[in-house]
Amino acid sequence: MKGKAQVYNRDDIDTDLIIPARYLTTDDEKELAKHAMEDLDKEFVDKVSKGDFIVSGNNFGCGSSREHAIWALRGSGINAVIANTFARIFFRNAINNGFLPIECKDASKNIKQGDELEINLEKGTIKDLANKKEFKFTPFPKFALDIINAGGLLNYIKK
Amino acid sequence: MSMTITEKILAKHCNKNIVRPGEIINADLDIVMCHDVTTPPAIKMLDERGINKVFDKDKIVVTPDHFVPNKDIKSAELAKRLRDWVNKNKIENYYEVGRHGVCHAILPEQGHVLPGTTIICGDSHTCTHGALGAFSTGVGSTDLAAAIATGKLWFKVPETIKFVINGKLPKGVYSKDIILNIISDIGVGGALYKSMEFSGSTIDDLSVEARMTITNMAIEAGGKTGVINPDQKTIDYVKKRTNKKFEVVKSDKDANYLEIKKYDVTNLEPIVSFPNLPSNGKTAKEAEKMNIKIDQAYLGSCTNGRIEDLRIAAEIVKGKKIAKGTRMIVVPATTEIWKQANKEGLLDIFMDFGATVSAPTCGACLGGYMGILAKGERCISSTNRNFVGRMGHPESEVYLASPATVAASAIEGKIVDPRRYVK
Repeated sequence: MKGKAQVYNRDDIDTDLIIPARYLTTDDEKELAKHAMEDLDKEFVDKVSKGDFIVSGNNFGCGSSREHAIWALRGSGINAVIANTFARIFFRNAINNGFLPIECKDASKNIKQGDELEINLEKGTIKDLANKKEFKFTPFPKFALDIINAGGLLNYIKK
Repeated sequence: MSMTITEKILAKHCNKNIVRPGEIINADLDIVMCHDVTTPPAIKMLDERGINKVFDKDKIVVTPDHFVPNKDIKSAELAKRLRDWVNKNKIENYYEVGRHGVCHAILPEQGHVLPGTTIICGDSHTCTHGALGAFSTGVGSTDLAAAIATGKLWFKVPETIKFVINGKLPKGVYSKDIILNIISDIGVGGALYKSMEFSGSTIDDLSVEARMTITNMAIEAGGKTGVINPDQKTIDYVKKRTNKKFEVVKSDKDANYLEIKKYDVTNLEPIVSFPNLPSNGKTAKEAEKMNIKIDQAYLGSCTNGRIEDLRIAAEIVKGKKIAKGTRMIVVPATTEIWKQANKEGLLDIFMDFGATVSAPTCGACLGGYMGILAKGERCISSTNRNFVGRMGHPESEVYLASPATVAASAIEGKIVDPRRYVK
């Protein structure tokens, strides 16, 4: 997986910032994507390209349980979020959607906005192609990987 | 082997004698709670996969609450998708508008929450129900869909942090101040993934309703759940509402805790959490000195929209007039609370004061409607979150506080220490 880093070097990005509640009257991914990160960064939707990664600090996705947060990010083209730590429900929702929540303590300190990243899921590494640094991330438990590989929880259960 | 209440409930629900933190289990669910925002997407996911059955219609409890009575066409469509699904599956535990309420207030009120059970909902404040000694946690729509179809969900057994709270609460200080103080102490990620178990003489002295305010906000510290060991008050509260049988589960005295944190509330003061995190607590006394003018005072939500909250606020504003340039919105959390408040004359007190009273809804707490803030406006609120844009415009501000602080601030048009208004 290769993509550009969209860096938000701060903690506690909550789900209201990812997708404000005023847009929760729809569950359409394309519609939600138009408003992704709107209250934090008005330019987000324009600057993100398909396959990009968000890089951030502690407790990413805290607050509401709205899965709309995952759908809005995925709809906007984001492939994975790399953060120091994740809020519990966001982490679960991500896995359940086959969307990657990658826990890596060194990433947010070292990766710069726009850096090209390469992620290797099997090895558990993030390579920053701009500064040639490599970071290790906490590998997903087998249970979570099975769900991701099945394309989400419901497909996993159906199997 | 000794266990905490959380571990015991989870062990029982996956047919094991013991479970340990870190273990991944597949747990049976006793109640799956559904509302109008996160359930319609779950229903769609099930429909798309041709799964048309619910695991047990009597274990599903449904109330529209976020955007009802509907605020616009889109929200009406969501409520309709929920209603159609309820009818199709012959779900009897459905609280239509007119009987409805904020889900975390109406479920305990109507006797659906029993000690020792497991409860999930597609809503982060599901941790509220731990106040009755249940294991309850919030999930997203995919988990909810899986729960509706199978009656089971996977959980990682959480570690538990024990919060021991002792001392007599001073006049004008309430359970909201206790939890805002704890969150300010440990931070919004201070209990990430953990079960937060609250105990001590202060908790023993609180009513069951006041305890719900504390467990409700466990999520604001990142907690997976908040829980309180049931006592006679809990049992009486539940038995008054249902004939269903239940088994009380409690933590063992020598259970293992990740950490034990002790608080003495003897000198605790009213707390106000400043924008934009629930952990930005200052004392109301400090806030008052800063002369923070407010445009709106909001009393409601699953945190503090219950009858006791309304009584506390009504007592403070009774016979007074709201400050010029300030508006107050009172939202009883359920239909029953609305009726009770009406019977006790509380709604008259609020309206004579100059407040408006709305039908039950989550409404403005999450920036839905019924009290949205314009750019630059400020609100003192009895709700649970003060994130950017939470109650409206991204440049509006929400300050979190107890119902007493909300009421007292409405009198003066600025954030004040409520203690001089409390008899």
